[in-house]
Amino acid sequence: MGLEEKIPDGIALTTLDAMVNWARKRSVWPLGFGLACCAIEMMSTIASRFDMARFGMEVMRSSPRQADLMIVAGRVSNKMVPVLRRLYDQMPNPKWVISMGACASCGGIFNNYAIKQGVDRVVPVDIYVPGCPPRPEQLIDGILMLYKKIEKESVKRPLITQPNAQTQDERPGEVSGQPHRNPSGELNK
Amino acid sequence: MNLSIDASFMEQSITDFLNNKFPGKVLGDYTYRGQFSLYVTADALYEIALALKEEAALSFDFLVDICSVDHLGKAWESEGRYEIVYTLLSLEHTYRFMLRVKIADHTVAPQSLCDIWHSANWLEREVWDMMGIEFKKHPNLTKIVTDDDLEGHPLRKDFGLVYEEPQFSHNHDEVLITPDNPNH
Ligand code: SF4
Repeated sequence: MGLEEKIPDGIALTTLDAMVNWARKRSVWPLGFGLACCAIEMMSTIASRFDMARFGMEVMRSSPRQADLMIVAGRVSNKMVPVLRRLYDQMPNPKWVISMGACASCGGIFNNYAIKQGVDRVVPVDIYVPGCPPRPEQLIDGILMLYKKIEKESVKRPLITQPNAQTQDERPGEVSGQPHRNPSGELNK
Repeated sequence: MNLSIDASFMEQSITDFLNNKFPGKVLGDYTYRGQFSLYVTADALYEIALALKEEAALSFDFLVDICSVDHLGKAWESEGRYEIVYTLLSLEHTYRFMLRVKIADHTVAPQSLCDIWHSANWLEREVWDMMGIEFKKHPNLTKIVTDDDLEGHPLRKDFGLVYEEPQFSHNHDEVLITPDNPNH
């Protein structure tokens, strides 16, 4: 029926979005970025027992220029905030962030003077993985949820408007009532 | 090198040496689980440290660490609010012990030991950063551990927890992150 009957064998029709998203989600390159104890579980996720390569992530990149997923594994100290933001800005679009563990998501047990109470005050977070530390299965589950999120994106809509877009609020299609702070501590508009 | 040096012999020789050379400056000793320490007065600390390094029979050539204690609110606070603990090591005699100094206030700190052991430079900066003890004649007493925006010295017992109220759905509006609530 229809157009598909008329085209020769071996040719399939799909949308550009589905095609691009399929390619993107099957080759996400994470940035090797362990900050604390959660990083141990992240390493375990990559290693043979849990083997993140099954989901298209063969290798952690050591350079933000070659990465498009930042897994924030651990607590972010105030001194680390400018570094983290800079690494994020250096990653090419499209890029995603997974906040791994209680500390990265909300400060966790470190509710004190030295630790940022949630990495979402610095970079826009796509997936929060709870736990202290999350087990590798949980991280893999978070990654699979990120894949579902990638599937819904569109090439027509820029994921992040500018390299210096500061906030989650600026991302289309997302609602957030909270103002965010940039690395120097000023409130973003 | 004499590896089988007797700890009690070393304790005795340090005490005798300091008592002879600096009478009245050694305030007492303290042993906890075999760790020997001597309390000395803050004004004589520099000379004592220098003598301990230069005396051939002792030769404490390595300053391992400097710690500080805040005795605020303790029964013995009147003896001096802060205590500074210098861990010395003699590589030649493989013997370590601690020099302890009690000071009433952070402004009456002992002189910096940077000229004697270079390791004192960063260690004293750390003690100053975390506890606010102002070592005299330190070449560069600036922040080393905490971030630049932080004011105060976090390990002091009166620093406060800087606790930030977590935001849940039930207190979302009370804990709103606003410019008036800049603790974020
Ligand atoms: S969430 Fe737990 S395991 Fe992860 S960085 Fe924090 S304390 Fe460490």
